[in-house]
Amino acid sequence: MAKESELPAQTFRLQGASCAGCVNKIEGALQKVPGVDEARVNLADQTLTVRGGASAETCVAAVEEAGYGAEPVRSSERELREQQRAEEQRHYHQLLWRSALALGLGLPLMAWGLLTGEMMVNTLAQQLAWGAVGLLTLAVLVFCGGHFFSGAWRAFRHHNANMDTLVALGTGTAWAFSMLVVLLPQLLPEAARHVYFEASAMIIGLINLGQALELRARGRTSAAVEKLLQLQDPTARVLRDGREVDIPLEQVQKGDRLRVRPGEKIPVDGQVLEGSSLVDESMLTGEPVPVKKGEGDTLSAGTLNKNGTLLFEAEKVGAETRLAQIIEMVKNAQSSRVPIARLADKISAIFVPTVMIIAIAAALVWFNWGPDPRAAHTLVVLTSVLIIACPCALGLATPMSVMVGVGKGAEYGVLVRNGKALQQASNLTTLVVDKTGTLTEGAPKLTDLDTDGDADELLALLASLEQGSEHPLAEAVVAAARDRELELLPLSDFEAITAHGVRGTVNGKKILLGNRKLMQRENIDIAAWHERANELADLGRTAMYAAVDGDAAGLIAVADPIRDDAKAAIARLLRLGLRIEMLTGDSSATAEAVAQQLGIDRVHAELLPEDKEKIVGELLKKGERVGMAGDGINDAPALARADVGFAIGAGTDVAIETADITLMRSSLHGVANAIELSRATLRNIKQNLFGAFIYNTLGIPIAAGVLYPFTGALLSPVIAGAAMAFSSVTVVSNANRLRFFQATEEQ
Amino acid sequence: MLALLINGVGLLLIAAILWWFWLGPQRQKAAAVSGGEKLQILVKGGVYEPDRIRLPAGSEATLHFRREDPSPCAEWVLFPDLEVSAQLAVHSDTAVKIPAAEPGEYPFTCQMQMYRGTLVVE
Repeated sequence: MAKESELPAQTFRLQGASCAGCVNKIEGALQKVPGVDEARVNLADQTLTVRGGASAETCVAAVEEAGYGAEPVRSSERELREQQRAEEQRHYHQLLWRSALALGLGLPLMAWGLLTGEMMVNTLAQQLAWGAVGLLTLAVLVFCGGHFFSGAWRAFRHHNANMDTLVALGTGTAWAFSMLVVLLPQLLPEAARHVYFEASAMIIGLINLGQALELRARGRTSAAVEKLLQLQDPTARVLRDGREVDIPLEQVQKGDRLRVRPGEKIPVDGQVLEGSSLVDESMLTGEPVPVKKGEGDTLSAGTLNKNGTLLFEAEKVGAETRLAQIIEMVKNAQSSRVPIARLADKISAIFVPTVMIIAIAAALVWFNWGPDPRAAHTLVVLTSVLIIACPCALGLATPMSVMVGVGKGAEYGVLVRNGKALQQASNLTTLVVDKTGTLTEGAPKLTDLDTDGDADELLALLASLEQGSEHPLAEAVVAAARDRELELLPLSDFEAITAHGVRGTVNGKKILLGNRKLMQRENIDIAAWHERANELADLGRTAMYAAVDGDAAGLIAVADPIRDDAKAAIARLLRLGLRIEMLTGDSSATAEAVAQQLGIDRVHAELLPEDKEKIVGELLKKGERVGMAGDGINDAPALARADVGFAIGAGTDVAIETADITLMRSSLHGVANAIELSRATLRNIKQNLFGAFIYNTLGIPIAAGVLYPFTGALLSPVIAGAAMAFSSVTVVSNANRLRFFQATEEQ
Repeated sequence: MLALLINGVGLLLIAAILWWFWLGPQRQKAAAVSGGEKLQILVKGGVYEPDRIRLPAGSEATLHFRREDPSPCAEWVLFPDLEVSAQLAVHSDTAVKIPAAEPGEYPFTCQMQMYRGTLVVE
């Protein structure tokens, strides 16, 4: 009997099990299921572990029969990944073995042929010797290349042909011809009694070797997703009955309370209940500075807790966490199609049968009109054409580059929706940028306070007045007073005068705050402040006059500050050859001032939200290829209308779902990174496609013997095999070069 | 005589290739999935089996791909027109959700288009 530890264990999550009685009932129900050796319920975790050969469905049915609910706990993405790695490793060794065996026979045979030149069958002894070699070769074809033959046969039955078909036909023909020479040499003219067993064995060996190398190189193409998966630890520390228990990550449920210590990774998404700490979120946002987290703040799975201990409640687990969604999105994008590959796709659909026809046609030409020994030439041409043609290089050219490019993007906090978005981002001509939240912080701040009297006193009065207002500018005034730790005074008689400003009584004083119209209405003389107000407006700031008890008291200005890195990012985008247009709902003066500081010369100001989409539409009509960058909150229609919508900041789930490219980091540098990366990826794809096309369009005619008149020799099938095996490795390796992509910001 | 025979065989082979792969009747049996039924597609030796799948229009469906081919070609299945893709685990079932679609034919392939199948939504 197998030991307990060797039996497969399945874990289920239980619903409705709450007491010790339930445990007995569920365990009892499962004991009756055939194939169940052991069933154990863990009430604290609400899990059920079953050992034995019973299927998951029957176990679930048994639990449901007993009146509870159960669902299998999916093994984690990471575990699956590890299993796949192990499987790949096994396959890799298998391929190496097959290759070594086949080359072990092929190389000595080839050396014999080259050194002695005796590959002819003329005597009985030669017939016997080569017959034995032929049988050995057959063994190699079966053991090392059997999968090519079975694959070719299966495909054939489905009216399909693939690489296996070409390899099987090529090596099979060479072997069959050689066997014919061995068994019935008299059928052929003396000069054509040549055997090609070494070619069959070498080709099988080389192609297995090529596949092994390709497998290795491919493993590296998914390194980015691997890195994301490693952001999560396999276990989490959950509080159960007042104790801390380490449980597998998959068993953490919504509402669980978890503790993370300094230096540990946050296991799931949640909200802080207790404690405060700095959390490094750079892996998700690209933002290098750790963020301070305290009670009520949200935490994301995969981020790193730096210096404090946090107690938090799980809100999203498993596939719902932001990290899991990012991984899912990256994986989807990595396998999506790029429009540029359409031609390659069409060609690869008809490639193999076409090559078969070319091979037969070329062979017939050699048979009818070629020089002697015709039979041998015919066979060499037939085999070489079949073997040298490589549908793999063509098929791999784009997917491999997209895989690496999209993965690299994730490392930069650039999430690409699909291959189409990647391609379109590479050839944009115009970038439309929403000002608020993209070029500026999106939260106005108090920038100036000019008064003849005490500045703090005036600010305290104005902030006290503005605490009644909900206007965004009012928030800036109140926040400034808080920053200076000024005490807010009680407010009475508050009134908001639309399009003018606000008034009220604070501490017995009548306060007014608003624009020139308000002051004129109230007959307050503001001539002394007029010039200063104009200066501030030129700087793009919104100036407001303040009056206390009927006299002008000063001027305050509020502005939405420009982001620190906006100027450098705009400069990068201009260097990339993009035309930049700024959109904003602000007044022209403010907009122009911001644009001037950033070096943007095209500005559309005083827009309503729906105008943004119209402007994008007009640009598209003019034939521009338009990218639109915004925060995805009120510019979603414009983002959707543009060729490529860049959602900056990834604040909202909606943005992730609708944007073509989502930038985890709140910076326009992300757009520049995305465009540079897409250009690098498309360049890589073009190199690969070009290489694969050139390889096949040169390789096939050469194998068909077009160079014979010049060189006097045909391409050896062995060389054709080597070329074919390494062409696909070259494509994958070239795609891997993209891993070294660096954005200009970091150089 | 021999030359004639060989030329004849060669031309016949070309005709047979044209007929078998492109022109001839594609005698494929389509497997249909209706609600609640589990359809398994075997991914092995360069072929999806079955390679023609019928689905009712306007409703979601789940296809179960069982990959028995460890070579990397078989690793992904793509439905380009439906923007669906999935990474297939070796020697196990991978469920692939197909969104509700308009009637029509939707090809599905591996990354390199060596594995090919057709989804018929009707």
